[in-house]
Amino acid sequence: MVLHKHTGRRLGLKYSILGILMLWATSVFAAGSWTPLEKDGIHDPESPAVRVLQQPREALSVLPDDTAGNMVHWVRALQEGYINPRTNIMPETKIEVLDLDVIMPETSEMPLVLFPHRQHTEWLDCSNCHDKIFKQKAGETPVNMFAVLQGEYCGQCHGAVSFPLTECKRCHSVPRNKVPR
Amino acid sequence: MKITMKILLGMIATIHQTIQAAVLTVIVALLFVEAPVVQAEYADVILNKRSEREGMRPVIFPHWFHRIRFRCKVCHHELGFEMRAGANDMTMEQITEGKFCGMCHDGEVAWSVENCDLCHSGRRGLESRIVGGHETLGPGAW
Ligand code: HEC
Ligand code: HEC
Ligand code: HEC
Ligand code: HEC
Ligand code: HEC
Ligand code: HEC
Repeated sequence: MVLHKHTGRRLGLKYSILGILMLWATSVFAAGSWTPLEKDGIHDPESPAVRVLQQPREALSVLPDDTAGNMVHWVRALQEGYINPRTNIMPETKIEVLDLDVIMPETSEMPLVLFPHRQHTEWLDCSNCHDKIFKQKAGETPVNMFAVLQGEYCGQCHGAVSFPLTECKRCHSVPRNKVPR
Repeated sequence: MKITMKILLGMIATIHQTIQAAVLTVIVALLFVEAPVVQAEYADVILNKRSEREGMRPVIFPHWFHRIRFRCKVCHHELGFEMRAGANDMTMEQITEGKFCGMCHDGEVAWSVENCDLCHSGRRGLESRIVGGHETLGPGAW
C-alpha cells in the first residue's frame, strides 16, 4: 500500500511534467502556425523591413480559425464580415457572382465533389477558371485527383493559396447515398 | 493473498503507465525537435529572377496580407497577374512606371515604390516560387 502511494505520487509528478511539456509543445506549435517573419526562413532577419512589416499572427489570429493553410477560414471571414476586401480598383469593372453548385461524380469510392460557384465567384472572376481550366458545362472537364495533386484544375489554387488538398472532405462533401437531385 | 494480488496488479498498472508516459514523453520530445523547422506563411511568393543578381534582396509577396484587402479577381483579373509563380516577368522599371506591383504601390492605393526594403526583404539565395504552407508545400510537392 505504502509502495503504491509512493509510486502514485511519483507518477503524478511525472504526469504533471509531461502535461507542462505538452502544453509547452502546443504553444510552440500554435506559435508555429504563424511563424514570426524574422524566423520564417524567407525573410532576412537583418532586413530593416522585419520590424516594419505586419506579423501574420497579428492579422490572422483575429479571423475565424481553421486547421490548415493560413489557419484562417477565408470563406467565413468574408461571409461573416470580418474582412471586406475590394472587388475592383477601376470603377468600370464588372463584378459577377454566380450561385450555382456543380456535382462532380467521378470520385470512385470517395464522397462526391460539390463545387460551389458562389463562394468562388465572391473571390474570383469567371475568367480565372473559364475556359482556361474548366469548360462551362458540367462533366465536360476531365478532372482527376492525380492532376489536382499535381497543381492542375482545383489544385492550381488549392494547395497554393486556397485551403490545401489535405482537406479531402471539404471538396468530397456529398455522401454517395445522398446525391441531391 | 488478495492484497498481494492487488499490489502486484497495481505495480503492473504502474509499470504500464510509466511506459506509456515514457513513450508519450519521447513523442512530445520528437515533436519539439520538429517544431523549430522554419515555415513561412502559406502562399507567400518569392520573386527573385533579377533582384539578387542586381544587388537587391529577393522580393517577398504575402498573399495573406493582400487578400484581406483585395479579392483575387482584382490582381488576377483586373490587373492581369498570371496565376503561376514566375509567370509574370516583372522588372523594376516597369513597376516604377506603374505596372505589376506598381499599379497599386503608387502612393495612392498603397505606399509608393520608394520603400525598397519593404518589398525587397527576402533572404539571399532564395529561388522564385510560391511557399506552400503547413501541409502540401504547394503543387508539385506531392
Ligand atoms: C474557381 C473556378 C470557377 C469559377 C471562378 C467559375 N466557375 Fe463555372 N465552373 C467551374 C467548374 C469546376 C465547373 C464544372 C465543370 C465540369 O464539370 O466540367 C463549372 C461549370 C460552369 C457552368 C456549367 C454548369 C452546368 O450545370 O453545366 C456554367 C454555366 C458556369 N460554370 C458559369 C460560370 C460563370 C458565369 C462564372 C463567373 C460568374 C463562373 N462559372 C466562375 C469552375 C468555376
Ligand atoms: C480542392 C478539392 C479537392 C480536394 C481537397 C480533394 N479532392 Fe479528390 N477530387 C476532386 C475532384 C474535382 C475530383 C474529380 C471529380 C470528377 O471529375 O467528377 C476528385 C477525384 C478524386 C478521386 C477519384 C479518383 C481520381 O483519381 O480522380 C479520389 C479517390 C479522390 N479524389 C481522393 C481524394 C483524397 C483522398 C483527398 C484528400 C487527401 C482529396 N481527394 C482531396 C477534388 C478534390
Ligand atoms: C482559381 C482558384 C480556384 C480554383 C481553380 C478552385 N478553387 Fe475552390 N476556392 C478558391 C478560393 C479562393 C476559395 C476560398 C477559400 C480559401 O481560399 O481557402 C475556395 C473555396 C473552396 C471551397 C470551400 C467553400 C466553403 O463554403 O467553405 C470548396 C468546397 C472548393 N473551393 C472546392 C473547389 C473544387 C472542387 C475545385 C475544382 C473543381 C476548386 N475549388 C477550384 C479558389 C479556387
Ligand atoms: C495583390 C495582388 C494579388 C492578390 C489579391 C492575389 N494574388 Fe495570387 N498572385 C499574385 C502574385 C504577384 C503572384 C505571383 C506571380 C508570379 O510569381 O509571377 C500570385 C500567384 C498566385 C498563384 C500561383 C501559385 C503557383 O503555384 O504558381 C495562384 C494560384 C494565386 N496567386 C491565387 C490567388 C488566389 C486564389 C487569390 C485570392 C484568394 C489571390 N491569388 C490573390 C498577386 C495576387
Ligand atoms: C512594391 C514592391 C517593390 C518595391 C517597393 C521595390 N521593388 Fe524592386 N522589384 C520588385 C519586384 C516584384 C521585382 C522583380 C523581382 C524579381 O523577379 O527579381 C523587383 C526588381 C528589382 C530589381 C532587379 C532588376 C530590375 O530592374 O528588375 C532591382 C535592382 C530593384 N527592384 C530595385 C529596387 C529599388 C532600388 C527600390 C526602391 C527605390 C525598389 N526596387 C522597390 C518590387 C519592388
Ligand atoms: C491591388 C493592389 C496591390 C497590388 C497589385 C500589390 N499590392 Fe502590395 N499592398 C497593397 C496595399 C493596399 C498594401 C497596404 C498599404 C498600407 O498599409 O498602407 C500593400 C502592402 C504591401 C506590403 C507590406 C505588407 C506589410 O506587412 O505591411 C508588401 C511587402 C507588398 N505590398 C508587396 C507587394 C508586391 C511585391 C507586389 C507585386 C508583386 C504588390 N505588393 C502588389 C496593395 C497592392
